[in-house]
Amino acid sequence: MQAPALLVTVPLLGALLISITGRLNRKVCFPLAAVSLGVSLYLSILLLFAVLTEGEVFYKMGGWPPPWGISYHIDHLNALVLVVVSLVSFVNLPATYRYVHRDFADRTGPFYALYVLMVAGLLGIVVTGDAFNLYVLLEIAALTGYALIAMGEAEAPLASLNYVLMGTIGASFYLLGVGYLYIVTGSLNMWDIASLLPNLYQSKAVFAAFAIMMIGIWIKMAFFPLHAWLPRAYVYAPSPVSSLVAPLVTKVMVYVMIRMLLSVFTPDFAFSTLELSRAVVWLAVVAIVGAALLALAQQNLKKMLAYVIVSEVAYMVGGAWLGNRAGLTGSILHISNDALMTLCVFLAAGNIAYKGRGLDFSDLGGLFEKMPFTMAGLLAGALSIIGVPPTCGFFSKWYLISGAIQAGHYGFLVALLFSSLVHTVLFFRVIERCYFEPVGQSHGGHSSGKAMEEAPLSMVIPLLLVAVGLIVLGIYSRELVVNIIQYAVPASMV
Amino acid sequence: MPVVVSVKPFFAVFVSLFLVPVLLSCRSPNVREAWTFVAAAVKFLLILSMLPEVMSGTEIVTHVAEVLPGLEIKFRVDALGMLFALVSSFLWIVTTAYSIGYMRGLAEHSQTRYFCYFSLALSATIGVAFSANLLTLYLFYEMLSLATYPLVTHHQDAEARSSGRKYLLYILGTSIALVLPAMLICYNLSGTLEFSSKGILGMDAGTPLVVTLLLMFVFGFAKAAVMPLHSWLPAAMVAPTPVSALLHAVAVVKVGAFSILRAVTGILGVDLLRNLHAGTIVCVLASATFLIASLIALSQDGLKRRLAFSTIGQLSYIVLGVALLSPKALMGGAVHIAMHAFGKITLFFCAGAIFVAGGKTRVSELTGIGIRMPFTMAAFFLGAMSVIGLPPTGGFISKWYLVLGTLEAKQWVFLVALLASSLLNAAYFLPIVYRAFFIVPEETSHDVSIHEAPPWCLVPLGITAAGSVVLFFYPEVFLGLAQIAAERLFGG
Amino acid sequence: MISTLIAKYNYWIYITLMMVGMYAMIAKNNLVKKIIGMNVFQTAIILFFVSIGAKQDATIPVLEHSHGPEAHTVRALDYINPLPHVLMLTAIVVAVATLGVALALAVKVFNRYHTLEEDEILTQIREE
Repeated sequence: MQAPALLVTVPLLGALLISITGRLNRKVCFPLAAVSLGVSLYLSILLLFAVLTEGEVFYKMGGWPPPWGISYHIDHLNALVLVVVSLVSFVNLPATYRYVHRDFADRTGPFYALYVLMVAGLLGIVVTGDAFNLYVLLEIAALTGYALIAMGEAEAPLASLNYVLMGTIGASFYLLGVGYLYIVTGSLNMWDIASLLPNLYQSKAVFAAFAIMMIGIWIKMAFFPLHAWLPRAYVYAPSPVSSLVAPLVTKVMVYVMIRMLLSVFTPDFAFSTLELSRAVVWLAVVAIVGAALLALAQQNLKKMLAYVIVSEVAYMVGGAWLGNRAGLTGSILHISNDALMTLCVFLAAGNIAYKGRGLDFSDLGGLFEKMPFTMAGLLAGALSIIGVPPTCGFFSKWYLISGAIQAGHYGFLVALLFSSLVHTVLFFRVIERCYFEPVGQSHGGHSSGKAMEEAPLSMVIPLLLVAVGLIVLGIYSRELVVNIIQYAVPASMV
Repeated sequence: MPVVVSVKPFFAVFVSLFLVPVLLSCRSPNVREAWTFVAAAVKFLLILSMLPEVMSGTEIVTHVAEVLPGLEIKFRVDALGMLFALVSSFLWIVTTAYSIGYMRGLAEHSQTRYFCYFSLALSATIGVAFSANLLTLYLFYEMLSLATYPLVTHHQDAEARSSGRKYLLYILGTSIALVLPAMLICYNLSGTLEFSSKGILGMDAGTPLVVTLLLMFVFGFAKAAVMPLHSWLPAAMVAPTPVSALLHAVAVVKVGAFSILRAVTGILGVDLLRNLHAGTIVCVLASATFLIASLIALSQDGLKRRLAFSTIGQLSYIVLGVALLSPKALMGGAVHIAMHAFGKITLFFCAGAIFVAGGKTRVSELTGIGIRMPFTMAAFFLGAMSVIGLPPTGGFISKWYLVLGTLEAKQWVFLVALLASSLLNAAYFLPIVYRAFFIVPEETSHDVSIHEAPPWCLVPLGITAAGSVVLFFYPEVFLGLAQIAAERLFGG
Repeated sequence: MISTLIAKYNYWIYITLMMVGMYAMIAKNNLVKKIIGMNVFQTAIILFFVSIGAKQDATIPVLEHSHGPEAHTVRALDYINPLPHVLMLTAIVVAVATLGVALALAVKVFNRYHTLEEDEILTQIREE
């Protein structure tokens, strides 16, 4: 079956098609994008079912066996993240329509081409089994990201340029790590490398490869203190872009990190041989606390959300590096949960911004009356980020805390609780503003009184779908863990 | 002890949740109120229908969903849960009637929103009552915190805002910071969170761990207002009085005490705690709370604030009843849930009626009001007697069992504390009644506007006041349920 | 020590270039200089990769006098490793694309702020 290859090539070709036909007829861009992403979504779900029923799926590009050819290797971890990526990008698409129509009308073709191309890059990162191929797709996703973010106003090009510089360092470090691995093993295929590495665990080159790759990946996932590019890039990006980029890019990089930890450098190396895990979890603790404090200092909703992303990333890093089954389960579960929660809150922020309101806290007055559905969505996302059952955020926190208790790492436990409390304060500050303050504090007198000024349906429906999804996903956590994530964590982990 | 599987608990919990969309679509206030009554009645009857089975010792179970491997959202109706649920659901009916009188009497805004969140809060309360395990309890506990926030901050003014902030900080903050880790530690130690009559930690757990967990639960369930985490309760008095009445005299605070009860008896286990003599520290905290709260109540002039501090004290009676770790004390604490509920709600209803009828909120303003509002103040008197614990009101029975419990546990210090605080209760209630009836105000001219409260307010408070008296003569239902619970936990 | 230096000279060169590139990215004020620094950084890595394919006394990996489509055994030691070269072709393309995007962004920044010096841009932003 050709699904793995089609998964990436369909959006790739779709992007090409959109950029060409977009010059001729603007109206065809959105349907084309929808079709490409819809096909990808369908294929990723097919792949997930294939993995669940038949086990891992191997696909050799062009029929060349590895290590000569590039192979796509889809196991439970991949399959889950593939569905998450394609679902998030597909659900976000309707919400972009009105925006692009209003603000980017002359650049509709390029916008959707970049959008679909970015998704192709992200899907490719997740599905590939070749380390160098991952670098290429990483850069595809990154470059399209830079371009999309730069489409915003004001400081966007500068923020994007900053992102370019830092992101390139990150990707280059990753490439360097791949180079070192190639020197030592002579192979670029992840699974091949994994079979060749165990004899070489004591080698300094392998350690250097690991360290450099990790740092590169951490830069790209915005692990504090390497996160400096994220807040400005995500704040100044236009709303339809930030609701695509924010949920996905950092999470896919977390996936890459977990893939490196589990499949390339096996847990034996990463957790036992290196004896670094406790130190890295302490780094995560610092990251969580630092990001939480920075978030408290913000006066703008989107900027606050950007720092929330930074602390969520730190959750996942810490959880993965705890080195036990519960921690890894929490980390992987959090990939899907966080993607959805972030999508939810950024969609809500996008809705608010679409109606012409600023996103500074002082502009948020009276929103509960004006935009009740958007606020319902924001509330659901907020509760999930805080970790209130039965939303999904609670369940990944459950595993992360369990992992911390089992590993005896009480610093991480305290950091998790601390950041939950900080998130409570952060979001209730916002909700208070929206609930208590009369409408339009900073815009002076308002004419419509109590009438509702909700965002258009194409933006509200995705938001509400995701908000409901947060609760449904929470209730189905058990199914997710027992059927999928359980197999994603290597059997040897306790 | 036999177990029956049924969907009744599920519907009992969620009927008020299903009410919300109905309420949102109602056109007229009368239809809306009618639907609320219907839902409240259905809820109460569903719960009542499960009473015979529970009285005979059966437990009713509903499995809702398995959300984590080995952990379900599950309802189990046992004696304690039935007791709490009966009280809450009955009083909801009465409070709905009272709300109508109060909210319409003051022409409050956003009434639909009010009734919707009220329904949600009741769903959460019954959810806590019927929780079969700590996870389910935690879920509904948080749901209650969130559902009551818009009710506390209903007036949407600056005072509501700061009180709301305090409310969330104390209640959501402690449950996340203390209950969540405690729950996870228990889960990781024992592999389960189901409430079991012997606790789930076994008998080997060490004293530091058990004491830490105990304190995490007692302070984590801050809705029980054990000092020093009590100040959210007086702050929450900015809410409209029906909210204060049902939620902060009955539902929210009792959920806190009930959760502590469940955590102590079902998770930590009475035997383990007795072996380690760990109950004493909680007894001390509880006694300190009710003594200090009673003293503070003496100094409060605001009527609702005085009642709030009285509630703080009364809740600690329940906590004391649990922490004494003896059957009679547990029965006393459990029955106090019911008796205090009826008594306190009467007092709050009266406070609200006084506000609606005459705009008075302070004790010092109540001089001679008994002449103009005789019915209301008579009910107030009955409610006060119940809270103080005097016959012929129900509060006497729960106090009696608590006293027996201290004797049974041979903790005479707490007996003295109980009696002392009863005297203090009398000291801060009886003067109000005396002032209302027996002191003649100096000028009568500016008080002519005061008349008896509207009927929608009067009837409910009459019902609850009468209830307090009836419960003295017919306590069998509640005592019986408490006895079944005590036997399960202490006997066998 | 000197022998290590000489034997691993490709590593030292690439590390030096990387540091030069990074220095330019961080310390230089002009945006274009930063971007060039980024390019130098990426080029250092490309150089490194290419260098690891080298072998002693080996020639370029092109077959002379190939006998057509039949299988033809080749002594790998005679030819330098072509794989890193191929990989780096891709990496060069990526570097060029990144350079292009970065310069396009610099043009946009220039159009808005009329300067490419970072400190002047930051002053302008603060005044907004």
